[in-house]
Amino acid sequence: MPDGSGQDPIEQAVRQVLGSLAGDMTTTEAALLAELEALGREVQRAKSEMAALRVDDINARHIPCATDELDAVVEHTANATNEILDVCEGLEAMQTRLPPSDAEALGTAVTRIYEACSFQDITGQRISKVVTALKAIESRVATVTARFGSGEAPPPPEDEAPAAPVTEGRALANGPQMPGAGTSQEEIDKLLASFD
Amino acid sequence: MALDKNMNVLIVDDYKTMLRIIRNLLKQLEFDNVEEATDGAEALAKLRAGNFGLVISDWNMEPMTGLDLLKEVRADARLKNLPFIMITAESKTENVIAAKAAGVSNYIVKPFNAETLREKIEKVLVHA
Repeated sequence: MPDGSGQDPIEQAVRQVLGSLAGDMTTTEAALLAELEALGREVQRAKSEMAALRVDDINARHIPCATDELDAVVEHTANATNEILDVCEGLEAMQTRLPPSDAEALGTAVTRIYEACSFQDITGQRISKVVTALKAIESRVATVTARFGSGEAPPPPEDEAPAAPVTEGRALANGPQMPGAGTSQEEIDKLLASFD
Repeated sequence: MALDKNMNVLIVDDYKTMLRIIRNLLKQLEFDNVEEATDGAEALAKLRAGNFGLVISDWNMEPMTGLDLLKEVRADARLKNLPFIMITAESKTENVIAAKAAGVSNYIVKPFNAETLREKIEKVLVHA
C-alpha cells in the first residue's frame, strides 16, 4: 500500500538499506547493494508493466460487460424456451383432433422437445458458476491494483445482516458437473439400490 | 397397486421453465393436480398448509435448498412419510449419499427423460 510519499513499502525498504550502506563497503555489502538495486529496478519495472496493462479496465469495463452479456444469454434462452413451450402446449391441445396414430406420434415428439428444453436450466446453472468466478476475479484484481497504487482500494464491507449458516444442502450445491465427471442415472440407481 | 393420479403433487424448482417442463410431463402422465414452489421455504409452507401425495424437488435453490427441504419434511410429524423425489443437476456421489441419508425416496439427475420420471414416480408411489 503506498504512503503519502508515493513510494511503496518495498521501494522504501530498498532505499533505506541503500542509505545505510553509505561509506566503505565490503565485497559482500557491494554485492548486496547490487542485488538491492536490481530488486528496486524490478519493482519499478513491474509497476510500469502493470500500469501499461491497464488492469483497472478489467474491473471498470471488461468484467461488468461480460456479466451483462451472460445475463442477457440467460434471459434470451429463457424467452426462447418459453416460446418453444408455448408452441408445444398448443400442439398438445390439437392432439384430440388427430387420428390416434398421428396423435401418438405428435405426443412423442412433444415429449422429446420438453426433455430437450431442460437445457435452459443446465446452461443457466453453468453460467451462474461463470459469473461467480468472474466476481471472484474482479475482487482479486481490485485488491492487487489497490496494493500497487494503480487503483482505488476496494470499498470497506457494508454493514450486512449476519450471513445465514451454511447448511449441508448449501455446502454440497455445486451445480452441473463437466461431462463424464458426474454420476450417471444408472450408477445412481445402483447406488440407491445398494442401500435397500 | 393402482396409482392415485388425482393426488396433489408439489414441484419445486427456481427455474420457471423447469417447473413448466415438469408440469407438462406430469400432465402427460395424467397427474393434473400440480402446484409449484420456487424454493424450499415456499415449498415447506405449502406442504404444511396443504395435502400433498408427492414432492418433486430441485436441489440448488436459494434460500432453502432441496436437501434442507427434505430434512425439514422428514422432521415434520405430519409430513415425514411423504414420497420425495429429487431432480437435480447435482450428480456427485456425495450428493446422492447425503440425499439418501436424509431420506430421499428417489433421485433423478438432470438432464432426464420422461421415461425416467415415469419409472421413478411409479416406483416411489407403489412402495409408499
